[in-house]
Amino acid sequence: MRKQLVVIGGGPAGLAAAVAAYDAGVRDLVVLERESEAGGILKQCVHNGFGLTRFRESMTGPEYARRFLDEARARRIGILTNTFVTRLTPEKRVSYVNEKGAFCCEADAVILAMGCRERSKGALNIAGTRPAGLFSAGTAQKYVNIYGHLPGKRVVILGSGDIGLIMARRMTLEGAKVECVCEIMPYSGGLGRNIAQCLDDFGIPLLLEHTIVSVEGRERVEAVVIARVDEKRQPIAGTERRVECDTVLFSVGLIPENELTKGAGIALDGQTKGCLVDDGRETEIEGVFACGNVLHVHDLVDFVSEEAEIAGRSAAEYLLHGARAKRYLPVLAGENVSYIVPQRLDADGQTPVQLYFRVKSALRGAVISVEAGDFRKSVKRIAVAPGEMERVTVVPSQLSGAAALRVSVFREE
Amino acid sequence: MYDVAIVGGGVTGAFCARFLMRYKVSVVILEASDDVAAGASAANSGIVHAGFDAASGTLKAAFNLRGNRMMQRVCAELGVKYLENGSIVAACGADEERMLADLLARGEKNGVEGLRLLSEEEAHATEPALADGVTGALFAPSGGIVCPYGLTIAAVGNAMDNGAELLCGFTLTAAERSGEDWRLFSEDGRSVMARVVVNCAGAGAERVARVFGDDSFRIGARKGEYILLDRTAGSLVTHTVFPVPSAAGKGVLVSPTVDGNLIVGPTSVEEETPDVSLRREAFAEIAEKAAHIVEGIAFGEMITSFAGVRSYCDRHDFIVGWSRVAGVYLAAGIESPGLTSAPAIGVYIADMVAEKLAAERNEAYSPIRRKPPVFREMTDAERAEMIARDPAYGRIVCRCEQVTLGEILSALRTQPPAHTLDGVKLRTRAGMGRCQGGFCQPAVFNLLMREYGYRAEEVTKKGGRSYVITGGEL
Repeated sequence: MRKQLVVIGGGPAGLAAAVAAYDAGVRDLVVLERESEAGGILKQCVHNGFGLTRFRESMTGPEYARRFLDEARARRIGILTNTFVTRLTPEKRVSYVNEKGAFCCEADAVILAMGCRERSKGALNIAGTRPAGLFSAGTAQKYVNIYGHLPGKRVVILGSGDIGLIMARRMTLEGAKVECVCEIMPYSGGLGRNIAQCLDDFGIPLLLEHTIVSVEGRERVEAVVIARVDEKRQPIAGTERRVECDTVLFSVGLIPENELTKGAGIALDGQTKGCLVDDGRETEIEGVFACGNVLHVHDLVDFVSEEAEIAGRSAAEYLLHGARAKRYLPVLAGENVSYIVPQRLDADGQTPVQLYFRVKSALRGAVISVEAGDFRKSVKRIAVAPGEMERVTVVPSQLSGAAALRVSVFREE
Repeated sequence: MYDVAIVGGGVTGAFCARFLMRYKVSVVILEASDDVAAGASAANSGIVHAGFDAASGTLKAAFNLRGNRMMQRVCAELGVKYLENGSIVAACGADEERMLADLLARGEKNGVEGLRLLSEEEAHATEPALADGVTGALFAPSGGIVCPYGLTIAAVGNAMDNGAELLCGFTLTAAERSGEDWRLFSEDGRSVMARVVVNCAGAGAERVARVFGDDSFRIGARKGEYILLDRTAGSLVTHTVFPVPSAAGKGVLVSPTVDGNLIVGPTSVEEETPDVSLRREAFAEIAEKAAHIVEGIAFGEMITSFAGVRSYCDRHDFIVGWSRVAGVYLAAGIESPGLTSAPAIGVYIADMVAEKLAAERNEAYSPIRRKPPVFREMTDAERAEMIARDPAYGRIVCRCEQVTLGEILSALRTQPPAHTLDGVKLRTRAGMGRCQGGFCQPAVFNLLMREYGYRAEEVTKKGGRSYVITGGEL
């Protein structure tokens, strides 16, 4: 089989990218989706708050996904569900399987939109037993919201990522008692609004600089031992406390699912764990683009959609107008910036480019500083936090002569 | 009434059962847990030892060597992955190098072939990831690796395909003489009759022996803690790298697994009662010890950590053969190298029991267990063919390990069938990858419900009361 464009993943990123590519003129395209329905992880996010930034209305996850699915269907974009991509080659050959067989598709362009996975409990140095009752927060969310099973009744949550916060509220509403949320860092990795609406509103304690050191229970979880940690994130002896519970949820980070990307030999950014891309979200391999949580973990799906549309339009331009030689301007993460995407800009770009980045530590009163050669720009923020993505806009062609662009975040004097 | 009841569905019991099926005897395996390979057979290093470690003249040394020589063929017959990757004992400094010479001499006396001392240069050339401090090594080309639970499940399955029965959840608590025979009682009230009993109860072997009035040996428990790293870290070493052994055992090794992961461990912790909990200090201890022999282990790629209980015997050797109680045979005190020795112990016990029962050869016995199809090991053409035959092999359930619906259904329908999440995991690797079941666990859960008609609150992780859902239906 041959296709102009193959989009790997039918979640919010893949759907928005496909729609944008279609609207820019691409007609020969297909979306490959591993689950039985498109929509990605949004399908199990029954809470609201999606779309506030983009549509100025509050939707549930399925509603938000539906909006993009309807757009794709209106354009008769093919979506192959229950279809799993097994390999991507640098030559843009996409191998996939479904119940009809094992196939290979020669693509002129590929958009990577595989999303991310939860960091597993197995990756943590937690002592004790390995009984039933230990769940990734997203797995528990699937049991509750898709299948209607409540994993347990007394819950301790490790990590204050957004899914953990959402599940603290969800399980409370379904009758479970959430004893506490332990966060090893001095700040939460989740959105401020989720801490307010999911913990504070229900009186669930958020224990910062705390972790679970061990799990007890032979068959099912019976308790965990939690402890305060020092500045090296090591448990402090003497601060241990036993908390009885039958369930532990882990919300300890999301990792872009780049196994196919690695298989194609595409370089990843050590910080984002996603591809290195330019402002069109083109990776190091010409004609391969990436967007959404496979590129970097977003805080809001609204920004996923925005980014996916950039990738979709770039793929269309590549397909319809051919590759263009680009001069690149490297984008660097400066002081107090953990990562920045895209990692390089088309130096001759005329249109404004949004740079997405995250700060390393929370600040009240912050200045975002952009430096590129003689170019200087600073933007004030009331507060910044690692859990919330920041954005700043630049026009590449206005940075003439700069060797690199650097974004830093300082405390406001 | 069975001819033979085997107490314990670990790797030793599995091979006793499998080789007994070469005779016209009826066999039942009594397993206390809800699945086979529930104890040390699931949580060990998966090493097929060459045989230089065991003291010369012991049963351990003899069965180790025989088991090692049988392993390749047994694995081929049972469709289990086996790799003769060679073992290296890495010595740091002159004192340890002298011990290598002792190991070499012992190994040669034990009959191990191909042993060779390597100079510092040769050692580092053979295994480039060896730590700088390694000054010499013993190379054992006949050392290998195997999946220990895969081997156990396959051996039980092959025994069952040849007519053996498996009773899970059968915790032996009492035994009564009935003429020449034994009536065996389970905690839950079930009982079976057998002419002969074989005690293969691993860590529980002493307790089981006492049920028959035999208190002639003690089984202690030692905890071994392990770290398992993702496949991305698995190619660091090609050989199994051991430190020089000490009184506490063979020490913390670093080895690839047959599935491409890297395993590091075990620690060795003495404990009064068996316990599979990991100590807090285990992580640092494993990393520190491993660093003496291998450099560059990517501990950041850890996908799980676990502990196993390894039994050991006060006689410091295997106890294999007749017991002081008529009609009861022992395969007890099977500490390391028990996995390697299991096929040899199985043959030995089977022949002995068959002779006692004057059993004839079973001409219908087939040593072959057809390997269930494994999607991730197939070429695209093989996949297409498989999917054409059964579309369920085109549905990926576990994305990390690329396990298909077809494989999971096969694990539920092939002897010995999986009844739990862990049972499916051990048979198919669904949930054993980098996300540790985050995505596929609910799907496997639903398949268990569908296949067995379980209600949600009846599905367990690993049998017993390890219920997955305890908050009820919404």
